[in-house]
Amino acid sequence: MALPELAAENGARLDDPARETSPFAIRGLTVSYGGAPAVFSVDMTVVPGSMTAIIGPNGAGKSTLLKAALGVIPRLSGRVSVLGQPLESQRRRIAYVPQRASVDWDFPTLVLDVVLMGLYRELGLLRRVRRAHLDKARDCLARVGMQDFADRQIGQLSGGQQQRVFLARALAQEAELYLLDEPFAGVDAATEKAIIDVLKSLKAEQRTVVCVHHDLSTVTDYFDRVFLLNKSRIAEGPVAQAFTAETLQSAYGGRLATAQIDQLSLG
Amino acid sequence: MSGAEFVPLSLPPILIASFAAVACALPGNFLVLRKQAMIGDAISHVALPGIVVAFLLTGAVSTWPMMLGAAGAAVVAVLLIQFVHRVGRIDPGASMGVVFTAMFAGGVLLLEQSDTSSVHLDVQHALYGNLESLIWLDAFGWESLLDPVALAGLPPELLRMAVVLVLVTGFIRLFWRPLKLSTFDEGFARTLGMRTDLLGLALVVTAAVAAVAAFDAVGSIIVIAMFICPPAAARLMTNALERQIAWSCLFAVLAAVLGYVLAGYGPLWLGAPDAVSAAGMIATVSGVILALAALFGPCRHRLGQPKGA
Repeated sequence: MALPELAAENGARLDDPARETSPFAIRGLTVSYGGAPAVFSVDMTVVPGSMTAIIGPNGAGKSTLLKAALGVIPRLSGRVSVLGQPLESQRRRIAYVPQRASVDWDFPTLVLDVVLMGLYRELGLLRRVRRAHLDKARDCLARVGMQDFADRQIGQLSGGQQQRVFLARALAQEAELYLLDEPFAGVDAATEKAIIDVLKSLKAEQRTVVCVHHDLSTVTDYFDRVFLLNKSRIAEGPVAQAFTAETLQSAYGGRLATAQIDQLSLG
Repeated sequence: MSGAEFVPLSLPPILIASFAAVACALPGNFLVLRKQAMIGDAISHVALPGIVVAFLLTGAVSTWPMMLGAAGAAVVAVLLIQFVHRVGRIDPGASMGVVFTAMFAGGVLLLEQSDTSSVHLDVQHALYGNLESLIWLDAFGWESLLDPVALAGLPPELLRMAVVLVLVTGFIRLFWRPLKLSTFDEGFARTLGMRTDLLGLALVVTAAVAAVAAFDAVGSIIVIAMFICPPAAARLMTNALERQIAWSCLFAVLAAVLGYVLAGYGPLWLGAPDAVSAAGMIATVSGVILALAALFGPCRHRLGQPKGA
């Protein structure tokens, strides 16, 4: 266990300037759930201020990549850096929005409480919740159009509303990098519009956004960069270069009909 | 009933049962929400090998080493459950079942093989405790509560249970935010750098300490009932965790007091000659409270839109 890690440290690519400036750089990430790797030796270099979509077929390891990079699930190998520093020391720069279905919405708590969880770093174990904290949490709810739901029990929300509450919690973290796992999965059209507006406003504030995304038809509208994954990295770059019929064919194999790719009207 | 009768005979058992009930119900709230409620059952089983090992090491039947042994066994059990779950790739519930039955069986073998025949460790005591025998012979009435000499004669279980209750309350208060956050959304908690694995272990150890102390004083039936019934009933009364905790404490005390009184006097009221087991009655009352909450609690229908929305 110690030896390969040591070797990886010694062999750190010093000639890797992109890694030094990237708000989120993954090197050699491998994850296994006890069989064949779910994610194999993935490198990813997120460009500052970009909006990146992680796309790939079902079971390609998109969510796994994100969760393992953030330490939510264990990884076999790999390093993650934020602006050239190890992730562990830079967590305050990162906000994460998990998949909506990953939590039990029957949990006894109110919408505003969930948003306040985004202020955990400020509040710590025992600091009192002050008016300023409540105001900030309400502002974040307003940014996703959920200000009228602050005192609702979370189990009473629709799927789209739950997703917006999760986004509000991430906004409360005031991070530089936003990592979202399938934020548009199973939400209504109004929620999708609300979420993409917020994400674009984050980009306008020079913040960086990375989404695990499944809807190929909206990639060119929503994102400026893509990362194609199928267990290992297939392509990474600006949408115009990395989101092509060839790369899609390579990532999705036979699972994507040629007609579907044609419909995307790629350049 | 006069103070002269109530204070020495009924007050200590009622207080001990109430403290034990609340000490188990508090961590029980989180265990139920984390779907780990059966851990209480597991802990009360693995306490046996822990107690036997503590006895073999110290050679004496004294409470603190045995409680430490039981708590240590609980930690070993929790780690083993994780290990069997990961390495054996079986689901957590089954892993728990394997570990606690195996450890309990190991405890029985140890007990048989070692020279513990002189030690009084019987099954009935383990199940029902000895609540009725925890009396305060030095008391003569309410005024004894202010008499230092009489207070020195209080059953040691009372002080022990009070200390454990303070420890459990302190743990929940101090780690309230991380406990709530990681119970609701463990993945998010981990991205904040929170050591959710250690926190989960600390919660189980706290529950184990409460369980072992309560187990010694009032038996395992109350422990298992109090981990689950008051929190589950409280969840049906409110949709806010803070209020759920308050309801669960209220239900725990209600079950302890009502159960004790009903066990002592209920049969007499019905014309039967003898009192029944207080521990059994307390656990039964907690079950009745849960049944009533399930039938009439205001927050029974939760998921989906509220009525009229």
